[in-house]
Amino acid sequence: MNNFISNLLNKIKHNYKDIFSSSFFATLMAIMIGMFFGLLVMLIANPSNAMAGFGKLLFGGFTKFGDVLYFATPILMTGLAVGFAFKMGLFNIGASGQYTMGLFFALYVGLMWDLPAGIHWIVAVLAAMIGGMLWGVIPGILKAHLNVNEVITSIMLNYIGVYLVDFLIKNNGTLFISVESRTKYLPESVQSLTLGIPGSNANITFIIAVGIAVLMYIILKKTTFGYELVATGMNKHASEYAGINYKRNTIIAMLISGGLAGLGGAFAILAPSNIAGASMTYEPVGIIAANGFNGIAVALLGNSNPVGIVFSALFISHIQRGGTQTSLFGYKPEIVDVVISIIIYFSAFALLMSHSIGKYLKSRKEKKELKNEISKEGK
Amino acid sequence: MDTIYYLIQKMLPVAIPLLLVALGGMFSERSGIINIALEGIMLFGAYFGVLFIYFTQASSMNPQIIFLIGMIVAMISGLVYSLLLAFGSINMKANQVIVGTAMNMFIPAVVLLFSKMFFSSDGITTNIILYINEVPILSQIPILGDILFKNTYLTVYIGLILLVVLTILLYKTKFGLRLRACGEHPHAADSVGINVYKMRYFGVMLSGALAGIGGFFYSVGITDANVSGHSGVAGFGFLALAVMIFGQWKPIRIFFAALLFAFLRALAYSIPLIPFLDNLGLDQTFYKILPYLATLIVLIFTSKKSRAPKAEGIPYDKALR
Repeated sequence: MNNFISNLLNKIKHNYKDIFSSSFFATLMAIMIGMFFGLLVMLIANPSNAMAGFGKLLFGGFTKFGDVLYFATPILMTGLAVGFAFKMGLFNIGASGQYTMGLFFALYVGLMWDLPAGIHWIVAVLAAMIGGMLWGVIPGILKAHLNVNEVITSIMLNYIGVYLVDFLIKNNGTLFISVESRTKYLPESVQSLTLGIPGSNANITFIIAVGIAVLMYIILKKTTFGYELVATGMNKHASEYAGINYKRNTIIAMLISGGLAGLGGAFAILAPSNIAGASMTYEPVGIIAANGFNGIAVALLGNSNPVGIVFSALFISHIQRGGTQTSLFGYKPEIVDVVISIIIYFSAFALLMSHSIGKYLKSRKEKKELKNEISKEGK
Repeated sequence: MDTIYYLIQKMLPVAIPLLLVALGGMFSERSGIINIALEGIMLFGAYFGVLFIYFTQASSMNPQIIFLIGMIVAMISGLVYSLLLAFGSINMKANQVIVGTAMNMFIPAVVLLFSKMFFSSDGITTNIILYINEVPILSQIPILGDILFKNTYLTVYIGLILLVVLTILLYKTKFGLRLRACGEHPHAADSVGINVYKMRYFGVMLSGALAGIGGFFYSVGITDANVSGHSGVAGFGFLALAVMIFGQWKPIRIFFAALLFAFLRALAYSIPLIPFLDNLGLDQTFYKILPYLATLIVLIFTSKKSRAPKAEGIPYDKALR
């Protein structure tokens, strides 16, 4: 055992540059910088409570483990959606719209269709996937065939999707209760199976989402389609020259990405809830779903790797739960968004930063060795 | 006829922020940097501009003077914030879209955090009156007086002046030529002694200043000098990017594109006043969707032969020359 540790230490000593070049270290560094700025913002806002609030932000999530899983599920799905498209070099900023569409389709099936208990949930989830695909494939087709920038189209589709869903819900007497300005509660037959963690809404969909992440990993690493996708993301022109069908792959990638975000919407709304209004119902107020944008954060933090995305979704959900608890010390939950956005900003060039740190340390070490040698020779 | 005047008077205060922000996006992209952070920069500028109004509105200063100083405050804050984009994408060679997205997420969160903690609301509310009922003498000019000099804001005139100045800057000055060269072929520009990094910094800073002003003009002309972290600038930063693409990265075309979008929005918000549209009985939602849907359709028709600067979005690396 001792031998093993000393071996490991030796390895670390001799591979400064390799360790600092890993994307994992880069992400870790970005997180640390983000946390530091979060503390700074808290100090500016209210210095006397900053340390206590910061402690809650960091560790508060541990007391609410079930809720961390519950809130991680939708952003895990939107994260997978954004990450999958990103592997191909497509920036799917429209995950919000696709998420909302999926949510609406699940809601519609849940309330309008009368199906036996076992099948109802499955149909609602599949419908959500189709809804998300529908909204995701539009930017895909436009990008592939008409060269329309997918960033702008998917942002426009976010707005169109939200307003459209609100319109469809408000004009449907069966779905909408206008006095409460929200939809009816979904029947129990479409509720996701709870995981039974006391005091939380954690449900089976988290496990399904992790399963989907593994599936995505396999698709990306082990299939021809995944290989083509990654190759296109790395160099579009080279991959086209090699005979990879760019147009077809763009459309399929956006279709899958939209479907994943749509599933996120279903998982969010079908979750059992012990807080009234948290899920099982939807308020049409024309606000773009935050879970879609958080998905971008999750994907970037997870380096677009499906397995990394599982961990980054858990991490972001964790500090979100901690963030809500900072209100005990007079802070607002928005502190989490501040931290997350700073983390993303730095993770965009963290790799470069950690490279240069590694280089600097290595060159210092080499200089030291050189000096030692010179002094030895002098003797 | 009154309806048309009314629509135009409603349209101009909406068109001007779109125009300025789209021009900002244009300068940035012409220098080679994709500025998707416009939305965040707008809100940042708007917040500081309105904050300035909030602290000075009780003083005896003329409201229009307060407005002008507020504009400068917004401009400077937009410029400073845009330096984050410049640093990330020029010095650190990061993915410009990711940096921009992070910047867009940062501002609403900070605005909400501080407003909730210090103002106990989602933003800042002021009660200054910047609306101009009628400009003396000029409003008597037939037609033009009705279009330009009644029921308006000072933003309209400043916006139009800036359009002229910026068009000249882009096409008729040494600076404009160098900037365009950096967006088209930075290596060629570098080979004749132009400092590409510096020009790109200027491009981003100019776009930050314009987006700051645009955001302030949005809050003055559209939300009555109030600002909220929740609704922010309602996607105007992104709409401005679409306006820029529709305008094919050319100032005058961008101006007309901004007018078109603003007209659609003005139309959407004045349905009950126009008997013809009111009688159609379409749902309000349809008109809300209209500007975004129009953007989508317009992009479909203009993107195929896009005149985007060739080097936009690619970090400049001297070693690759």
